[in-house]
Amino acid sequence: MSAFDDQSQLRGAHLQERIGNTALWTLSLITVLPILGIVIFIIYKGIPGISWEFLTSMPSNGMREGGILPAIIGTFLLTLGCFLFAVPLGIAAGIYMADYAADTPMTRAIRIAIISLAGVPSVVYGLFGLGLFVIFFQMGVSILAAAMTLAIMTLPVVISTTEESLRTVPNAFRVVSISLGATRWQTIRRIIMKEGMPGILTGVILGLERAAVETAPILFTGAAFYLPTLPTSPLDPTMALPYHIYVISTQVPGMPLTIQYATVLVMLTFVLIMNIVATIIRSRARAKRQW
Amino acid sequence: MVNPMDIIQIENYYITYADGAESLRKINLRIKTNAINVLFGPAGGGKSTLLRAINRLNDLTDVKEVKGRILFKGKDILDPKLDVTELRRKIGIVFSRPMPLPMTVSQNVSYGLEVAGERDRRKLDEAVEKALRLAFLWDEVYDRLNDPANAISGGQQQRLCMARVLALEPEVIMLDEPTSALDPVSTARIEDLLQDLKAKYTIILVPHNVQQSSRMADHASFFLQSELIETGEGKKLFVAPKDKRTQDYVEGRFG
Repeated sequence: MSAFDDQSQLRGAHLQERIGNTALWTLSLITVLPILGIVIFIIYKGIPGISWEFLTSMPSNGMREGGILPAIIGTFLLTLGCFLFAVPLGIAAGIYMADYAADTPMTRAIRIAIISLAGVPSVVYGLFGLGLFVIFFQMGVSILAAAMTLAIMTLPVVISTTEESLRTVPNAFRVVSISLGATRWQTIRRIIMKEGMPGILTGVILGLERAAVETAPILFTGAAFYLPTLPTSPLDPTMALPYHIYVISTQVPGMPLTIQYATVLVMLTFVLIMNIVATIIRSRARAKRQW
Repeated sequence: MVNPMDIIQIENYYITYADGAESLRKINLRIKTNAINVLFGPAGGGKSTLLRAINRLNDLTDVKEVKGRILFKGKDILDPKLDVTELRRKIGIVFSRPMPLPMTVSQNVSYGLEVAGERDRRKLDEAVEKALRLAFLWDEVYDRLNDPANAISGGQQQRLCMARVLALEPEVIMLDEPTSALDPVSTARIEDLLQDLKAKYTIILVPHNVQQSSRMADHASFFLQSELIETGEGKKLFVAPKDKRTQDYVEGRFG
């Protein structure tokens, strides 16, 4: 007699399955609800403050009126600078770790260091940037110093996602390519990189996204409380969205709430757009994947 | 002494992998030019290892120790002055599972030429057509050259892998159980193809069963547990093996 003949046992199994499914569904809903709640709340509160003028004009009257143009531009510049420093270096290091570095205790130590670096609190990066770039290299509180600090913080993410996405490319491709007379570098450039690129891009974007909205690393290295003009050189300090939010939420008495919510909404949109781009790249690559 | 009839000579060859896996012991073997050289025997005997040693694909693996030499046209393949990419172009390999690269049918064939530095689009296109015709694949894929290579059937993919090797105009083609993932019709096509190709190329074939070994072999070598047990003229070795172990294997007493 098999288990299936025993009707009561079968009913028990069905019931368990139903309870399990419901429990998992509920738990996933619970994780999504707070995020949805926050987003909807911010959109609801922030929309009235959003206008063309808000996005394109300088703050006025002690930031209680006017727009947030310098903060938007500042965040854009910082993210761009971070990209320029972190991405070439990080991808190169990732390629080395995935395809060249032999499996030695040294390589393993480096890998552990990279992973640990990703867990270092951002304020520590901020102080590191203050010590190294602002003071030691005498860059002063500047876009350059802040972008480099953000880059140092983003590097571990770029390195490890590059390494991981290159490792997921089937080894057979490497063997076949080499067997057809390709060199190692040709194999990496023509096949491994091409197949790993969507994964790398996704990682890069997610890393940049974190850098774009971090406050602590730029706090001592490049962010300004208020500037009457836009920055004109990489050695100028700049306003930036995350720090601006901190300032208008805690440092300015009599700040209209609409401006606070609208600023947060702008930053969230920034993050959301980057997220959507990353998702599109990933899903398009998955649809095209030939293995 | 270099015998012009023996394009590859393997002399007292030993190889040990770092993880102690499949290795070779004291292999002495001559690969006959313009013939189908069959390496057969039960799994784990060292046949694939030998193929990967000959065109130095083993460079990608963690090899602990190598002794002895392998000569290709009289030259030591481990000579530091030898261009290993050139060696791999001269000695092509087809693997047991069709492994198209993640690109189009046509790009798969031209890839080897492109990495060798050929840029001329017209020359590449000609080479692609020629190689696909040689592999009897042209008629089936001429209108799908720009399709992804994994969109064609498994049997076609394996002939694509043949074409990919043929495009490089090699001297030796090694095939590691090339038909083990294929249906009987596709298998027959590959076997016919090999019979046609041996006039121009030297073939080293690791068949996936004894029947294919005896069908295809001009020259056969029996490998068992990392050693070369017996080597000889194809048909003779299967009809009257000298070694008891070869006989037992050929007659299906183990395997």
